[in-house]
Amino acid sequence: MDCKIRITGLNMDYTGSEEGESSLRVLSDVNLEVFENEFVSLLGPSGCGKSTLLRLIAGLEHDYEGEILLGGINPRHKRVPVCYMLQKDCLMPWRSMLSNVLLPIEIKKGDLKKAREEIKPLVQEFGLSGFENYRPRQLSGGMRQRAALLRTYLMDGEIMLLDEPFGSLDEITRMQMQDWLISVWEKHRKTVLFVTHDIDEAIYLSDRVVVLSDRPGTVNGVVQIDFERPRKRDMILTPQFSEYKKDILSLLASFPAW
Amino acid sequence: MKKSESTGKKSKERKLKLKIMPVAVALAFIVLWQLAVDIFDIEAFILPGPVNILRSLYKERELLLSHALVTLGEAFAGFGIAVVAGICFGLLMGFCEPVRIALYPIFVVSQTIPLIVLAPLFAVWFGFGFLPKVIIIVLVCFFPIAVTFAQDLLKVDEDMDFMLRVMGAGRWKSFVLARIPKALPGLFSGLKIAATYSIMGAVISEWVGAKKGLGIFMTRAMTSFRTAALFADVVLIVVLSLGLYKLIELIEKKIINHADI
Repeated sequence: MDCKIRITGLNMDYTGSEEGESSLRVLSDVNLEVFENEFVSLLGPSGCGKSTLLRLIAGLEHDYEGEILLGGINPRHKRVPVCYMLQKDCLMPWRSMLSNVLLPIEIKKGDLKKAREEIKPLVQEFGLSGFENYRPRQLSGGMRQRAALLRTYLMDGEIMLLDEPFGSLDEITRMQMQDWLISVWEKHRKTVLFVTHDIDEAIYLSDRVVVLSDRPGTVNGVVQIDFERPRKRDMILTPQFSEYKKDILSLLASFPAW
Repeated sequence: MKKSESTGKKSKERKLKLKIMPVAVALAFIVLWQLAVDIFDIEAFILPGPVNILRSLYKERELLLSHALVTLGEAFAGFGIAVVAGICFGLLMGFCEPVRIALYPIFVVSQTIPLIVLAPLFAVWFGFGFLPKVIIIVLVCFFPIAVTFAQDLLKVDEDMDFMLRVMGAGRWKSFVLARIPKALPGLFSGLKIAATYSIMGAVISEWVGAKKGLGIFMTRAMTSFRTAALFADVVLIVVLSLGLYKLIELIEKKIINHADI
């Protein structure tokens, strides 16, 4: 299988903007591989640098040591387009849902008319049809996240970087969104790196869960999740699920702060 | 998502109440004023009553109208130039930090120079015609437009900026896509302030010397103790300023939906 993301010996320091402020190590010797069509979760306590890691992979900041390769290309030298999503939906309130979703195509100066036709089935699949001309404020939280995810999908990179996309949703909506995300993903299969601090969410969705330590973040261990796909909700109640959870908890507990 | 009908009705009633209140207070004040003038038998050249002012407004209507047209012409010209210049400099200051750092303090200082000094100075330089008035109005109107626009353009939504960069938008593109639409309410609040200033600026510049205009009418009314005519002139100035304000508000409502910003 193709390695889509390869990170070797990554160190990253956060240097304060004030002069004389000591620098803070955020990521320390991170090594990580994500293969094609794999769903990998990055799990760790808040402030462990998982969002920072995602931002570095996006290739907009190059202030780090070590190497990041995306499909063999170093984003320091050549920009690799990625799909990205944040916890905040970042939908523009003055645009309709559809024109928000089509923003990546608009920015790339693509054929909007054609795209509008082409994405109709996707809009349907994302549960958004009939709401094309609604403003974001008129949509529910779950719908806004789905619209944001559809926009992310249209960014047309081979790698999807999702930074706690459901973090701001209530428990029930979040579960619905997980079910829905996993069914969409099982159909379309992209390489996904998913940041979360929700253990159940990580196990339920992923092929592998990468556990990061407290700051400075480093890979504490990787748990392979062997549940068959398509995933089902009741897998959460199996002893195997508890085993995975135990493994992850012990990896989380292995850092000194505990 | 949607308000239920009953709360919608209630909020409508509340809105109506909020509109009626200031009108009621103003009416009460006018009635008191008239009563005071009548009861204490105050001379009209000291304080004319509202009825007297209205009568004067009607009597002088043709003369006032011809003066008002001149003032309005100056105000429109000056305001128009200020809008174009204000938007240009607002964009420049909002987009380009060095420009803002260089210009902003100068703009602020320029606002502290009293107009009362500038008006006669411009009269000396440019005469008593149209041009010095327009310059004064541009000076008065430019600042609120440029500054309010620039200030809102400078507000950064870090997450939105990041997302736009990931999508491949450059600095200018994300400025156009995200910052400008977000700064439009700020621009319009500047435009509304400037609109009311424009009439006032015209009047002040006319005081110093003009052939026609509400300002020169005012000084003439004052020196000949036609106080009722003076008040009529003020009423007209207020109406014109409010009219311009409302006009901008109307355009604003056409262009942006505040719930969407």
